[in-house]
Amino acid sequence: MSSSASSPSASALSAPAIVPGDYVFPEHHYLNNGTTVRSWLLTLDHKRIALLYMSVVMVSFLLGGIFAMVIRIELLTPGPTIIEALTYNRMFTLHGVVMIFLFMIPAIPAVFGNFFLPIMIGAKDVAFPRWNLVSFYLYFFGAILAVWGMVNGGTDTGWTFYTPYSTTTAQGVLPVLLGVFVIGFSSILTGLNFIVTIHTLRAPGITWFKLPLFIWAIYGTAIIQVLATPVIGLVALLLCAESAFGFGFFDPARGGDPVLFQHLFWFYSHPAVYIMVLPAMGVISETVAAYSRKNVFGYGMIAASSLGIAFVGFFAWGHHLFTSGQSAFDAGAFAVISMLVGVFTAIKVFNWVGTLYKGAIAFTAPFAYICGFLFFLVFGGMTGVALATVSLDIHWQDTYFVIAHFHFIMVGAVIMGFLAGLHYWFPKMFGRTYHEGWALVSAALIVLGFNATFIPQFLLGNAGMPRRYYEYPERFQALNVASTAGASLLAFGFVIIAIYLGFALFYGPVAGPNPWGSRGYEWMTPSPPPTENFDVTPSYVHPPHDYTDEAVDDPGFAHARTT
Amino acid sequence: MNDLLNNDLLRRMLFLPEQASTFAVSVDRLHYFVITTTMVASSVVGAAAVYFFFRFRRISATQTTPFVHPTVGFEVAVVSVPLAVFLLWFVIGFGDYAKLANPPPDAMDVYVMGKQWMWKFAYPDGPNSVGVLHVPANRPVRLLMTSRDVIHSFFIPAFRLKQDVLPNRYTETWFQATKPGRYQVLCAEYCGTQHSKMWATVIVLAPEAFDAWLKEQQRGLVARADILADPDMVSIQGNLVEQGKRVAMDQGCMRCHSINKAVNDTERHIGPTWVDLYQRPTKLTSGATIIADEAYLTESMMEPNIKIVSGYQPIMPSYQGKLSGPDAAAVVEYIKSLRSDSSELQPVKGPVYEQLRQ
Repeated sequence: MSSSASSPSASALSAPAIVPGDYVFPEHHYLNNGTTVRSWLLTLDHKRIALLYMSVVMVSFLLGGIFAMVIRIELLTPGPTIIEALTYNRMFTLHGVVMIFLFMIPAIPAVFGNFFLPIMIGAKDVAFPRWNLVSFYLYFFGAILAVWGMVNGGTDTGWTFYTPYSTTTAQGVLPVLLGVFVIGFSSILTGLNFIVTIHTLRAPGITWFKLPLFIWAIYGTAIIQVLATPVIGLVALLLCAESAFGFGFFDPARGGDPVLFQHLFWFYSHPAVYIMVLPAMGVISETVAAYSRKNVFGYGMIAASSLGIAFVGFFAWGHHLFTSGQSAFDAGAFAVISMLVGVFTAIKVFNWVGTLYKGAIAFTAPFAYICGFLFFLVFGGMTGVALATVSLDIHWQDTYFVIAHFHFIMVGAVIMGFLAGLHYWFPKMFGRTYHEGWALVSAALIVLGFNATFIPQFLLGNAGMPRRYYEYPERFQALNVASTAGASLLAFGFVIIAIYLGFALFYGPVAGPNPWGSRGYEWMTPSPPPTENFDVTPSYVHPPHDYTDEAVDDPGFAHARTT
Repeated sequence: MNDLLNNDLLRRMLFLPEQASTFAVSVDRLHYFVITTTMVASSVVGAAAVYFFFRFRRISATQTTPFVHPTVGFEVAVVSVPLAVFLLWFVIGFGDYAKLANPPPDAMDVYVMGKQWMWKFAYPDGPNSVGVLHVPANRPVRLLMTSRDVIHSFFIPAFRLKQDVLPNRYTETWFQATKPGRYQVLCAEYCGTQHSKMWATVIVLAPEAFDAWLKEQQRGLVARADILADPDMVSIQGNLVEQGKRVAMDQGCMRCHSINKAVNDTERHIGPTWVDLYQRPTKLTSGATIIADEAYLTESMMEPNIKIVSGYQPIMPSYQGKLSGPDAAAVVEYIKSLRSDSSELQPVKGPVYEQLRQ
């Protein structure tokens, strides 16, 4: 069934040369192996756990997005618009906590990592399937605790929980902190599981330097998850002890130090940025190779830079404290270390662009997201280095410039990576393809809408508008209105995606094992894959994404051929 | 190049506010350089991608491609070029930051206190105010800042200046305003429901106008006792006691005057003890008895041998010209704080400066 005929050159611009009816849906696969609610909720199959994560992650994204729109609508006028100040403060807290802890951190590692890590290394499952399920439920109940706590207690501290505000505010912070604490354990378990899986379950033939780059990225991410997450757990507990029992860790009135909290908080929360970005970079490494039918240029440099980012990311946290009164020497040291992250990122960017060289590029929806990703990462990354240039940060710190910068990285780059991965892997995960035309329309809307939302926010930051402002001087209104208009466009793009992907889930054309003609290892199995991941044990002769003549003719990779 | 970097057009394109301090000018220059490099780099990467896309479009779904490795030269270039650019930014930026971290010694001091949700300002030798900060143009001004409750951040966009204001700790920053005018102060660190309304105004006056204003304010101090009596200013005045103690130590006052109750009881120093001195009826060598109030204490520092306390020798040197007005006032505050009936320093209430008129 893998070698149905299709005319080779009929698809110069749209890669999937699939004619409906070419393929039949596999009879047995992980989706229909058990259809009871119990078979889903107590599954140990990494693919089903990935889908459990995906459903909660998507609901979180929807919630976070609604909060974002409420914030943007409130900011349409300089004065009060639709909600009052306290509600606004709760909104941006909800938006931040939900988007970061509930959506962004698990989005790519827990969904695509869970689904594809074992398949990409030729394993039947992760090393500890039960831990995997426990990790999901920790995430699920932590998420419910955090959201319930914020709605019920009205947490208004912002997602950064800076002391002494967070220990003196009348609004409740305990449940949300406990929720973050519990979610942290989910993250640690997932990270440990992935590290052990990568070390022990690689199929014969997959050496470290034949690992797909997505795996290298997930590996770097898992290291950060395991080493940094305990610190946020510790900080959350200290803060709980302080607000519940009046310990004076951070409150200066009781002999504590509020800046100590900032150090501890960012010791986790800065590396956490790389928990979000590294997997997105991994997705881009996979997709850029697949859509340009080229081996990844500078494979070794990209793999090494993932570990490099994971390493130096631990020592950059002080750049959040340039205006907090730390010494000039500290500021300089943290600035230089932060710039190294920029250098590692630049290595990746140049190598991705280099991958296009002498490739065979197809402009598909995921490729559109790759282009968006490159722009957002370069611009977001370089503004990040600009922020690390200490004197400039004095003006920009805590203004909308910082907001725009980290949304360029965390929304721009991470969501582009997530969407590129979602579109690239959707046929593999569900066995069906989506409507390419609508996919391109929504990709265009999202990239444009994103720019229209956040470029005005860079300018607002330049003009001096601080973040977390419910009301603002009138001179900032025009740019705020522009930003809200862009956000509406962005939201519209997501609605279109939800519609055509929802439709494709049930009625899309059957995809076949390898609709993209990709030579990533995960395409060596049927779509959707069987519960055990492979019908036939694959052999791994060539590195992933090898599109040379002899590799494409290799019979061991029969599925990758479309003729 | 310099003209380009001082370009007002670029400033307007980037929506930057006007440049009203020396720091703003140098930061904006770096800003233009950084943003230009960023634009050029983004464009080069984007143009390369677009070129490759058209040059290497897919012509067949089964097309094969060569296996390409980067050369060592390429690898070295992609590491060293970004690193060099970033370090160049850093060297320029850190130089400016280091300047900001080291206020010039001749800077005029202003105390800033943030509290939910207002800014208060106090001058060591003059008035204080809520929400309005007067400063002279073309003179360095150092801000000594603290907070009464949560963390705030003192932000003047037109000066490109920002410094977090922390409870129970002093932070400092400084600026030199260049243009007389009114500029907005914003709070940049989230501090509660009224965070977005925690604004103040900086009024930059020409130096002569500022001196005149300061004199006017000092004259009107008594009339403005209502503001001075504000208990929220206590912590700043309390700090005056610390300053006074430091000055007294520096000037060697304690070689002759004791500040310790135990010493007071057991031995006699060269000069009268400072403990419980304030408001004490004191017998002089002339036979008269006076109350040791602020005027007497100040006079005794400047012209010590006019009124000698009975039982002591007229040996104290004059501190006329050695102690500035604010320092003398600080020492007086320190003496006032030395009470044997209290284990800790009493907060000082009300005006302390009106006694300084000579």
